[in-house]
Parts: sequence; structure tokens; C-alpha cells
Amino acid sequence: MEQTAQFLLVGTLFLSLALLGTASLSGCVGLVALQGYLLALLPLFIHREGLTARALLIAAGMAGLKGWLVPRVLLHAIREVRIRREVEPLVGYIPSLLIGGAITVVAFVLAGRLPIPPGLRSGLLVPVSLATMMMGLLLTVSRLKALTQVLGYLVFENGIFLFGLLVSRDMPWLLEMGVLLDVFVAVFVMGIVIQQISREFDSIHTDRLTQLKE
Amino acid sequence: MELLCVMIVPFLAALAALAWRDNRRRPLLLPAAGAIHAACTLRLLRAPSAPLPDAWLSLDALGLLLLALSSVLFLGCAIYGVEYLRRREERDNRLFVACYLFMLAAASAVAASRHLGLMWIAMEATTLSVAPLIHFKRSDRSLEATWKYLIMGSVGIGLALLGTYFLALAASGSSGGGYTLHLDDLLSLGPRLSVPWLKGAFIFMLVGYGLKMGLAPLHSWKPDAYGEAPGMAGAALAGVLTGCSFLGLLRVYQICAAAGQLDFAKDLLVLMGLLSLATAAAFMVSQKDFKRLLAYSSVEHMGLLALGLGLGGGGLFAALLHFINNGLAKGVLFLTAGNIHRAFGDKTLGRVHGALRRVPVSATLFLLGFIAITGSPPFGLFLSEFLLLQAAVAAGRWAVALAVVGFLAMIFFGMAGTAFSVAQGDPPDEPVRPGQGDSLLTTMVPGAFALALLVLGLYIPAWLTSRLTGAASLLGAP
Repeated sequence: MEQTAQFLLVGTLFLSLALLGTASLSGCVGLVALQGYLLALLPLFIHREGLTARALLIAAGMAGLKGWLVPRVLLHAIREVRIRREVEPLVGYIPSLLIGGAITVVAFVLAGRLPIPPGLRSGLLVPVSLATMMMGLLLTVSRLKALTQVLGYLVFENGIFLFGLLVSRDMPWLLEMGVLLDVFVAVFVMGIVIQQISREFDSIHTDRLTQLKE
Repeated sequence: MELLCVMIVPFLAALAALAWRDNRRRPLLLPAAGAIHAACTLRLLRAPSAPLPDAWLSLDALGLLLLALSSVLFLGCAIYGVEYLRRREERDNRLFVACYLFMLAAASAVAASRHLGLMWIAMEATTLSVAPLIHFKRSDRSLEATWKYLIMGSVGIGLALLGTYFLALAASGSSGGGYTLHLDDLLSLGPRLSVPWLKGAFIFMLVGYGLKMGLAPLHSWKPDAYGEAPGMAGAALAGVLTGCSFLGLLRVYQICAAAGQLDFAKDLLVLMGLLSLATAAAFMVSQKDFKRLLAYSSVEHMGLLALGLGLGGGGLFAALLHFINNGLAKGVLFLTAGNIHRAFGDKTLGRVHGALRRVPVSATLFLLGFIAITGSPPFGLFLSEFLLLQAAVAAGRWAVALAVVGFLAMIFFGMAGTAFSVAQGDPPDEPVRPGQGDSLLTTMVPGAFALALLVLGLYIPAWLTSRLTGAASLLGAP
């Protein structure tokens, strides 16, 4: 049980790192989808009670929305705009990976110092959550394509979901479904805006979005 | 019963708007739902009851203020919107009308939430429902504004969710394993909350909800979004949406007060308040676009709200009064700015002057709105800003009071330059755009808001004082 959870967490961390070094857009979407599925499995293993109805429901919701539906929305957007690769990111792939490594170290040090209430310290959960959030933010700010920024947001949101698992045992399941639905709608709206951007500018480079400034 | 109505009626009306095919008559749903909402809110306002214990949805005095302001602004904008959308008949308004109504439903849910997780969900719903409103003009500029708003807003609200989880952790450390996000539970735990997690929660919620409010230095999306959104969407953004996130901030402030950790929170709030005032002052002085000017004005007034919270004591009452005043003034300014924008087909100072001759009523109201928003007597904002300064002096914070006066003076001159340049002079030679002049429907609503501001400056009715005092006492005012 415990071991499976740790395995899933390590997988999540590696997927975030892999994302930092991937150039192909559809490859990136695939990695995020895989991360969604891994996260969907976590609620089943992380708490000692195991397979409760509530955990099953959240797992199903996560897998359905973050593993299946969200990637489909994004792949659809890619097909519409017919762009395959992320060219010239603001921060190159190798430097991104190095920063990702540094983030991981920082996350582990930080998690060791946080006053996590006893009984909650489930090994890798907190450091992986912090690292995933930070890598998501890094992706959002360091990539120029609107689509990669959305992927960054999704990874960031995945990190927050992991953190939420710490406290989620006593939370009503409706809440988590609500959060999940909100995230999905956010990505859906972003997907629509991406298509509009590509139609308007013939590109999904956000560096074209520079008309509005002081 | 009324409480359910204020959420369900706009929600159903939004669904109806999605289903209704008639582009010409669809906007009538706005005032219809707005009127029912206002009637229910009035009943709630006349007989406020204590919030039910353990209920997830129940109104307290703070939520009531947000609900009342949202209802008034929405009803006004809805009446104005019928005429606005008639003039913009060539554009499909299905999504616009539906999202406007969704926003009201979500804002009402924010006002009524006693559970901070539920509040977050409703807050995210308001954020998302506003995105299509900003993009109503379907230009490349509005697209850019929408994108920035979406990405920044989503990250910000994500941080607020993290802060919310921190609160649950703060509660669990004390009560031995139970996690709770219900406001009543958190307040009753009070000093037993774990301090480091509470501080973390406050910081993340300040950043998250502060971004949505547009406090500096988290305001960079705001001029773009306010500048590109139609006037009636701008009024909703500046009054209702910022109000929702302000309530989010008030909730965590309440919890910090109960836990006896306010000193830390207050310092941060004063800092962000002053920073917002300084940013607004710096960018308003040379602003060439009068709608972006209003966005910076919103940054300024959000700063004043944060400052009021940071000062505490009398500043709390002042901030809540200012919250109402600012919402009404933004209603006047955004709606009239929209009128001027349409009459000239432009919103930059180079092309817009002589508005007093071309759209006399709108331009007069715009000037009145400018006088009100800069805190000049006899309008309501003079009173609330005066109370705020009084609170600063009473708290012995002379430096803060002096800085505020200085920034307000700079903002006054910066805004005066723009406002008078828009209103005075000769209008450009090209003929008035047909059908875009003043009409009763486009000027009646901002006129009513201006009148309300005038009344609030001269006399605050006793019932409003008692509602405001009740709300301030929830925040720990003596």
C-alpha cells in the first residue's frame, strides 16, 4: 500500500521533470495525461483505509477529467492550430531541467522543515507536491506558447491536488469534485481562447500578445 | 428561501439565455433576473438573521454587504445592458448574457458561503464566467486581455486554494486529526489554530485573492481586462468581482483576528495598500486611455480597502463603507466611459475630446463620477476616505496618513488631467456615429448611481450604519 503510493509519487515527480525537457507539444500533453492517471490512483493508496467509496469516486473523477477529457481538449486544440513543436522557449530545455532538479532539492529541504502535524508525514507527499507546483509555475512563465502555459497551469494544479490529499480525508467529496470541475472548465475555456488566438494571429505564440502595455 | 433564490434564479436565467435563440429579446433576461434578485436581497437586508450554525450556505453581515452591492450594481447594469446590447445587435450576445447571469449566481454563492472550500469553488466560478465578458468585442486586443486575465487569474486562484488547504492543516494540528474548513469551526478554534500554518494560509490567500482584487504588485492583468471589456462588464468586474475576492480576504482576516495573529496580517495589508496607491498614482498621471485609467483607479481603491483592514479599529468601518461607495462610483464611471467610447469610437485622449458637446449627459455624469471617485465632497467617497485617514491618525500612524494624502493628491491631479481633456474642447470633425448618442436608458442608470453616491455623502441611513457596524464587529471592530 504505502510502497505503491511512494512509487506513484516518484512517477509524478519524474513526469514533471520530463515535461520540462520535452519539445513536442503532443508529447507534452501525453505526459500531463499520464500524470493525471497516476494522481487518480493515489487517493486509493495514500490513506490507510484504502478503498473507500469516496476514494474511488475521486479517483474516477480525476482519471476521467485530468487523464482523459482535459488531454483530449488540448489535443483537439493542437490539431486545430497545426503546430507541433515548442520552438525557442524563454529558458532552454537543458537549463529548465537543471532548474527542475534544483527545485526538487529545494522542495525536499523545505518539506523537511514544515511543521507537518504528526501522523500526516507520509514520506514523499509534501516534497513531491511542492516540487510539482513549482515546476508547473516554471513552465507557465518560461514558455511562450499559449498551450504550454496551460500545461504548466495543469501541472501546478496537480501539485495543489497532491497537497490537498494531506487534508482530504475528512473533506466532503462534493468539494473535491467541485474543485476538479472548476479546473476542467478553466482548461476548457483556455482551449477555446487558444483556438481564437491561432485564428487571430496565425500563431499561438503569446509573445505576439504585446499590444496592451503602458 | 430568499437565499436560495438569489443563487438559483440567476443560474436558471443563465441556462435560459443559453437556450433562447432570439438575439434581440434575450437581453431582457438580465433585468428580469436582476429584479427578482434585488427583491430577494431587499428582504434579506430588511430582516437579517444570524447565520445558521453548521450550514454551508448562510448569510452573515459581511456576506450581506457583498450581496447587496452586487444586486444593486447588477440590476443597474442589466437595465443599461438592454440598451447597450440593442446597439450592438450585430454581435451574438448569447454567451455574454449567460455569463453575466452566471457571474451573479456565483457571486451570490460567494457571499453566502460559510465553508471556505465552497467559497473557493464559487470564487473560481466567478473568475471563469467573466472571461467571455472581456472577450465580447472579439478583437485581437480583447483576446490578449482575456488570455492574460485567464492565466494570471487561474494561477492566483490556485494559490488561494493552497492557502485554503493550509487553513485546514492549521486546524488539524490543534484538534487532533480533524480537518475543517467551516468558518464557524475555524473561528471557534481561535488561538488553538497552528500559527505557522495560519500565517502561511494568510499569505497565500492574500496573494491569491489579492491578485483577483488587483492589489499591486499583482495588478498587471487589470488595465488590460478593464480597458478591453465593454463598460457594463467593467462595472461588474470592478464592483462585483473585486468584492468577491475582498470577501475572501475578509474571511481569512476574521480567522486571524480570532486566533490573535492580526498584527502580522495588518502589516502586510498596510504594505500592499500603500504599494497599490503608489502604483496607481504613478500610472495614472500620464495615462492616455481613459478606460485603463479607471482600472488604475480600481487598483487605488482596492489599496484603500486593504489599508482600512490593515489599520483596524475605525478603519474597518471605513473600509466597508468605502467598499459600497467605490462599487457605486465604478458603476457611474464605467457605464459613462462606455457611452463616451461608443460615441467617439475610441478611448484614447488623442481622439476623444469635447465629450461635453457630443454626449452632454454622459460627459457630465463622467465628470461627476471623477469628482466622486477622487474623494471630493459632497460624495460618499469623501466621507469614507476621511474616516480612513481618521483611523490612521487615531492609530498613531502619521506616516501612513501623510503618504495616503500625498498619493490621493497625485491621483486627483492625474485623473483630473484625463477627465477634463475628455470632457472639454471641441469634438473631432467627423460626424457623430449614428445611434450612439445619449439616450434615457444609457444615462438613467449611471445617473441613479451618482445620486446614490451623493446621498451617501450627505447622510448615511440608520439601517445602513447598523448593517455596516454589525459587519465591522465581525472583523473585530470595537
